[in-house]
Amino acid sequence: MAKPVYETDALIAEDIDAYLEQHQNKSLLRFITCGSVDDGKSTLIGRLLYDSKMIFEDQLAALESDSKRIGTQGQDIDFALLVDGLAAEREQGITIDVAYRFFTTQKRKFIVADCPGHEQYTRNMVTGASTADLAVILVDTRKGVLPQTRRHSYLVHLLGIRNIVLAVNKMDLAAYSQQVFDDIVADYQEFAQEIGVKAFTAIPISGFRGDNIIDPSANMPWYKGAQLVDHLETVELDVTSNQSKPFRMPVQWVNRPDLDFRGFSGLISSGRIKTGDPIRILPSGKQSTIAKIAAMDGQVDQAVAGQSVTLCLADEVDCSRGDVIAAADAPPETADQFESTLVWMAEDALIPGRAYWLKLASQTVSATLQKPKYQININNMEHLASKTLELNDIGVATVTTDRDVVFEAYESESCSANKALGGFILIDKLTNATIAAGMLHFALHRAQNIHWQAVDITREAHALQKSQSPRLLWFTGLSGSGKSTIANLVEKKLHALGRHSFLLDGDNVRHGLNKDLGFTDADRIENIRRIGEVAKLMADAGLIVLTAFISPFRAEREMARKMLPDGEFIEIHIDTPLSVAEERDVKGLYKKARSGELKNFTGIDSPYEAPEYPDIHVDTTQMGADEAAELIVERIRGAWNIP
Amino acid sequence: MRDLTHLERLEAESIHIMREVVAEAEKPVMLYSVGKDSAVMLHLARKAFYPSPPPFPLLHVDTTWKFKAMYEMRARMTKESGMELLVYRNSEAQERGINPFDHGPLHTDMWKTEGLKQALTHYGFDAAFGGARRDEEKSRAKERIFSFRSANHRWDPKNQRPELWNLYNARKAKGESIRVFPISNWTELDIWQYIQINDIPIVPLYLAAPRPTVERDGLLLMVDDDRFPLADGEVPVERSIRFRTLGCYPLTGAIESEAATLSEVIQEMLLTTTSERQGRAIDKDAGDASMEKKKQEGYF
Repeated sequence: MAKPVYETDALIAEDIDAYLEQHQNKSLLRFITCGSVDDGKSTLIGRLLYDSKMIFEDQLAALESDSKRIGTQGQDIDFALLVDGLAAEREQGITIDVAYRFFTTQKRKFIVADCPGHEQYTRNMVTGASTADLAVILVDTRKGVLPQTRRHSYLVHLLGIRNIVLAVNKMDLAAYSQQVFDDIVADYQEFAQEIGVKAFTAIPISGFRGDNIIDPSANMPWYKGAQLVDHLETVELDVTSNQSKPFRMPVQWVNRPDLDFRGFSGLISSGRIKTGDPIRILPSGKQSTIAKIAAMDGQVDQAVAGQSVTLCLADEVDCSRGDVIAAADAPPETADQFESTLVWMAEDALIPGRAYWLKLASQTVSATLQKPKYQININNMEHLASKTLELNDIGVATVTTDRDVVFEAYESESCSANKALGGFILIDKLTNATIAAGMLHFALHRAQNIHWQAVDITREAHALQKSQSPRLLWFTGLSGSGKSTIANLVEKKLHALGRHSFLLDGDNVRHGLNKDLGFTDADRIENIRRIGEVAKLMADAGLIVLTAFISPFRAEREMARKMLPDGEFIEIHIDTPLSVAEERDVKGLYKKARSGELKNFTGIDSPYEAPEYPDIHVDTTQMGADEAAELIVERIRGAWNIP
Repeated sequence: MRDLTHLERLEAESIHIMREVVAEAEKPVMLYSVGKDSAVMLHLARKAFYPSPPPFPLLHVDTTWKFKAMYEMRARMTKESGMELLVYRNSEAQERGINPFDHGPLHTDMWKTEGLKQALTHYGFDAAFGGARRDEEKSRAKERIFSFRSANHRWDPKNQRPELWNLYNARKAKGESIRVFPISNWTELDIWQYIQINDIPIVPLYLAAPRPTVERDGLLLMVDDDRFPLADGEVPVERSIRFRTLGCYPLTGAIESEAATLSEVIQEMLLTTTSERQGRAIDKDAGDASMEKKKQEGYF
């Protein structure tokens, strides 16, 4: 059995308080293990747990019987079983998710993210790597550096992990040969340079036999470097190196129990702070000084990166969730357009132009992506042209946010990565799923050159002159449902009533403003975006605007709704069953679509997402066009019959 | 520059998580089981929002079968924290007289699993803090910190959101809720040491003392009140015992121990050779993957 690595058993038994004193002061390192299937990740982690006495007798007994029953190591203990969790994957025999494990040595406590080696799980690996200070990349001596090894190394590098350990595993199966080790290291070195990895530490090990895990291996006297655990115990922690950067704290929550106390709570992402320090609040740029650091267990007068604190300022300045409190003389940038690398994590592919939520630190903003500049083939680092990104794809794209975001470039040449203000997630607005992870590189300073020009005649003045309030009547429905017909009738009725209106018709707009757009998902979204913007300008001019477009996606109709003040956007679903619309086929389009002559036709080979809660629902199988128009006019009468 | 200690890091992480939930959820609640993990979680919440009291209530899903000492601690901590305490008991379980002696696993299912679901629905909480830790049990090692539940409280291990950096996506549809585990990354030793350093009050049953006991099915049970059915002529034996986990007293096995101080408890824990949950009958219900099954059904 392994030697009592930790040599603490005696201390625990003899002087528990001395042991606790020592344990209390241990630091924490988070690392990930990754490699190909069967490279021995789970075995290595099992070994680390086992050697650090993190396995209890009952677990060991279960492990021994499991090893014999379903293990892959014959009669020997299969450490991998110890690390497996969910029932489904135990049956499959592979790790399918990120699992977090804990062990302790004399100097440090460790949290290990066990990352999958399976090809399609880039997303899990990126998740595990995002919180790690160090990565252990396993290579099987019998297989050498595989495409998987490259892929994982690239991801580790992409996520800004500076400490990479190349653990050349299963040395026992290569007769502990220095040549085998050297060849693999040379091979990896070449690849590492290609992707920009500046340094790594190579260690020949056997997770199964325990060589060079804790003790120098008697089987490999030629190896003079550090053992794996030694190395893990001594590398510099990101959280510590972050202390030497300028101060930043994203504000999570404003603490205001009464009128006498106003504190700003958050986790310090970099730097250090003490009472009296001058600070600047971003994005407003307002300045103040730290009056107090509030703490339940007595006053503290300073704090450092990695601590959660509540700061009180000397002045009554505006500051709320999403703002960043920063060192006054070295504030981070703000911008609303960025170049970023994205890792796509959802089954639904990226749709250029669609609005997603972007969450960065405590800021949540609406953001759109342009078509990727390129996609990265992570097996050979080639840049590929791409219109979208799908699950597990990685690419570079421009991100535009609807307001300024406080940020820092994710990667940093000399120091640890700026994860807190450079890393973000994208959230689907409808499903709320986390669909991508992103890393900001630099701002594309769009907003700095375009300023909003204030005008004296406001939208209220325009509307008042017309004795009405603006409305946007958004007709949506399948092709041939009767949108244009009904919208046209509604406008005639409005005109007769002396109302000021304008009808934007789908086909007409495609003759001019949108004639450069086709019918792909991305073009449909851009079509709707432009129509929304035009309709908004018309509403600003005080008009009752009618739009008649298929507008098949909920997300884009929501986007248009958000462009207008509450209550002005009226979604009208002209609900005609596909079979009825197809039977009418006024323009002969369904026939063309069915024959394959017309691609991306809504209802046939492109989806229509019906409104769940339209403001007005018109069932054309139950009412005629004139009746529908009458109903709609009745429902919006409030726009001019102002009591 | 000094490295922060692991406990400082864990504390900062837990506080960060709680503040995110308070900032993003509409109606959060803290599930309070009165055990040591709950004690730490409550302490962290008080630190996170100081000088305000934590801006959410405590919810105790009661089974009526907890140790007396737990009810005493519950009253004390509610008073000290200045928080509102909600106690929920499944009325159906109460009416049917479901109890651990006669009903076995059904007791846990109805009082705890069902009770919890009912309570969350009843009060309309959309986020519930729980004190589960990843080191407790294999399937928990993979649970996210933010764990999403469908409108009927089911957990789908295949459909959880990736958690990157310290960014948590707390957005959800109406009816859906989140279980949040702010002390996911703490180990049993961390919990004990944090309690010791911060002098956090815990139920005295965690420390060894002479108590009346009876042996049942290999478990050493404490006779906490007169509802405990004794066999004819059976007399409880006084033994020096303590508990590693606390639940319903008829289901929670004690260990014989002389460890009467926290240091001694930690010492025994470190030198011991069986895992923490072994004293609980609940894990053994359905063999290998029982805790995972329970989680899918909505148990913590």
